[in-house]
Amino acid sequence: MRSRRDWSRASLGQRLAAAAGLVFLHAPVWVIVLYAFTTEDRTYQFPPPGLTLHWFEVAFARSDMWAAMRLSLLVALAATALALVLGTLAAFALARREFAGKESITLLFVLPIALPGIITGLALLAGMRTIGLEPGFWTIVAGHATFCLVIVYNNVVARLRRMPASWVEASMDLGADGFQTFRYVLLPQVASALLAGGMLAFALSFDEIIVTLFTAGHQQTLPIWFYGELFRPRERPITNVVAVVVILVTLVPILLAYYLTRTDEKGDT
Amino acid sequence: MTHAIELEDVSRAFGAVLALDHVSLGILPGEFFALLGPSGSGKTTCLRLIAGFDHPDSGRVLLDGEEVTDVPPYDRNLNTVFQDYALFPHMTVAENVAYGLRVRGVAAAEQRRRAAGMLDLVRLGSYGDRRPAQLSGGQRQRVALARALINQPKVLLLDEPLGALDLKLREEMQVELKSLQQRLGITFVFVTHDQGEALSMADRVAVFSHGRIEQLDTPRGLYTRPRTAFVANFVGSANVVTAQAAERLTGRRESFAIRPEQIDLLADDAVPAAGLIWCSGKLEDILYHGASSRCHVRLDAGTVLAVARPESGSASHVPPRGSSVRIAWRPESMVLLESG
Amino acid sequence: MLRPVATFLHGRNAFYVSLLLLPPLLWLGTVYLASLFALLTQSFYAIDEFTARIVPEFTLKTYGQLFTQPANVDIVLRTVFMAVAVTAAAAVVAFPLANYMARHAGPKMKALCYVGVMLPMWTSYLVKVYAWRLILAKQGIASWAMTSLGLGGALDTLLATPVVGGPSLASSYIGMFIVFVYMWLPFMILPLAAALERVPGSLLQASADLGARPGQTFRNVVLPLALPGLAAGSVFTFSLTLGDYIIPSVVGAPGYFIGMMVYQQQGTAGNMPLAAAFSVVPIVLIAVYLALAKRLGAFDAL
Repeated sequence: MRSRRDWSRASLGQRLAAAAGLVFLHAPVWVIVLYAFTTEDRTYQFPPPGLTLHWFEVAFARSDMWAAMRLSLLVALAATALALVLGTLAAFALARREFAGKESITLLFVLPIALPGIITGLALLAGMRTIGLEPGFWTIVAGHATFCLVIVYNNVVARLRRMPASWVEASMDLGADGFQTFRYVLLPQVASALLAGGMLAFALSFDEIIVTLFTAGHQQTLPIWFYGELFRPRERPITNVVAVVVILVTLVPILLAYYLTRTDEKGDT
Repeated sequence: MTHAIELEDVSRAFGAVLALDHVSLGILPGEFFALLGPSGSGKTTCLRLIAGFDHPDSGRVLLDGEEVTDVPPYDRNLNTVFQDYALFPHMTVAENVAYGLRVRGVAAAEQRRRAAGMLDLVRLGSYGDRRPAQLSGGQRQRVALARALINQPKVLLLDEPLGALDLKLREEMQVELKSLQQRLGITFVFVTHDQGEALSMADRVAVFSHGRIEQLDTPRGLYTRPRTAFVANFVGSANVVTAQAAERLTGRRESFAIRPEQIDLLADDAVPAAGLIWCSGKLEDILYHGASSRCHVRLDAGTVLAVARPESGSASHVPPRGSSVRIAWRPESMVLLESG
Repeated sequence: MLRPVATFLHGRNAFYVSLLLLPPLLWLGTVYLASLFALLTQSFYAIDEFTARIVPEFTLKTYGQLFTQPANVDIVLRTVFMAVAVTAAAAVVAFPLANYMARHAGPKMKALCYVGVMLPMWTSYLVKVYAWRLILAKQGIASWAMTSLGLGGALDTLLATPVVGGPSLASSYIGMFIVFVYMWLPFMILPLAAALERVPGSLLQASADLGARPGQTFRNVVLPLALPGLAAGSVFTFSLTLGDYIIPSVVGAPGYFIGMMVYQQQGTAGNMPLAAAFSVVPIVLIAVYLALAKRLGAFDAL
């Protein structure tokens, strides 16, 4: 290998410790995936006595699970749409321009993810009770949209700040007004950030439980359904199957968003 | 004749910093004009005000006699070549060049034709389909030029256009820019901190310092008749002698500047010709520069003067360090400086 | 077409910004800030003991209840203690991996490690909690692993420890502790790795040049410079543990945590004021912790 960093090569012990850390991080998820195929349905026995796809069939036959999944999807779509609009507006306003009170407003846009979910959830509930609003589809969406817009905002603002100011000036210099500059220069640049932010927001909304438990009332999103199943021993394998589905539905958009942002950074001249 | 560009008593402050302090200047049509100065002197702010990227706190900006102080950049009949070129990475070279036409609603076919023509003008005819990231620095600069010229502006502004290029390329581009300007016949205004560049390319130069114009003159005028100590030191190198020291040398209490090449280095016992001002001193240091040497002479009076001594190529006749010498110059070579 | 509008907006910075900010600010103001305010207001109300209804009058009685009843104080202390323990453990567990990623891994390995850390971070929260419940269950993987390694006896002793032990790992503080550390580990690893990466190689070389052995260089140069990263990561582990209510209810001992208390009080007990008062505690604690972390340079490391 390279000789210039010889003395900083990690010792065997260090490398084993690092590997152990990675294994620790990944093992539980793989365990769940494994359990989705087990033939044993009553205990958490390990190693699994056999492997089967049977539970996938059973799980997909459960109509309440589908209803919950449908609700989660609709909520995520609605929340993401709201978040995209609001987050992008905020990002354009706060990216570069200076104005009085900018620091406080920037702080406001950090709060929804800085404060623990339980605070947000309880606050929303308190707000709902104060004005006598009944929990329902839109209260769930409202809760999700609030922190989803912060996610979108972060993504778009980061992209805008990485863009040299001279591009906007060059565009205007060549004869394009503000709207044209947005259409021809800014939008293509932030498109990937919007996509990435939107996908992250979708995944986070789909997986959300902490705030949703407060704002959902009697509605069941998929995580809420899942949470209820946690305490029912007999349906355990079905829970495992749903877990695998949830992993896929939330992980795929996040990975895509991650790669989008990476190629973005590499593609900057 | 009407000035192509005119700044009337323009001021601009950024917080506590006064970037431009009641600056006035007029640029003639067809001129190759330079805004010269160290960083922070206000030259870039000046350019940005002309382009429209910034708004003065007070004063007026006029283009072709018409006031444009409040006019946005896209409505001004001038274009800019940016220091970082500002090429749009998501468009091809041809699309970048055609941008100015596209936003004016020119038909696609016409866009393509004129962009191709522009690229031929800067000798990048076959590069139309490439992306900016695939080009070298010098090539990107030419694309930026083509892009800025496609709208046939009356004035072209260039913000430190040669700063990012290496020496050889820089010298080539200086010649190219000058010939391009003469071919097109339009006004060029460029910002630079390199006085050599300004002297070789510009018809007239405005020297900036701390938000004010110290002197606005032709290159020759700046060099031979600097008005202040700053200009004398910034444009070429000069010996600036304070009023106090001048009194001992010339008998008059007036600060003056004199270029090193205008002073002669003589032997300790040499008799200077009549009419020359002369004095003795010690040769403190001698720095070899190839075509000439820079000699630092500490005068008996205390001041140190730099003397340029032409080199003949041989190492003989080089006075050793520490030896006593005499220096002499013609009174006309001294340029009296404004105080302050 | 739209040009006059564009030109109108061009010079008017304040107007343009206000126009853009109006919708999101309106949203955050009404949905979020107003709700937070409602929460705070609720904490200053009290439940009438006879009617079990909320009396909308300003009073400090609920806060009094919070700080004087020993059961409540227990809850707060228990949560804070767990948060501190989890933070300390996470720092220790995260260090080898973060250190390797930042200072010893080649570029390909480093990218792999980063993705390797982020994948579990982005995997569904509930799924991870559920996975641990399976692992820690009485006949789950953990006990199987321990028994196969011949450590069955050690596991039983561990579970028999008073206070932190329990009938199984899945219903003990130890189990809860493990799950907490697992869940927030990536949040500690990433800032720590970032901070470690920022230690210039030249400093380490200078230290070696002056005669320090690797261990000394680590203690005297690397560790102090990694402190902002540790502080940043600890902000996450501390505040996330402080506010969590799902993990204690899925994997845990009977004792209550702040989050669980809040959830229960607003739900079945119908005592919103008490729930609100309880939730103010994490807010205050986190604010204090953030101030501390800021002094240690956490915000520069984020």
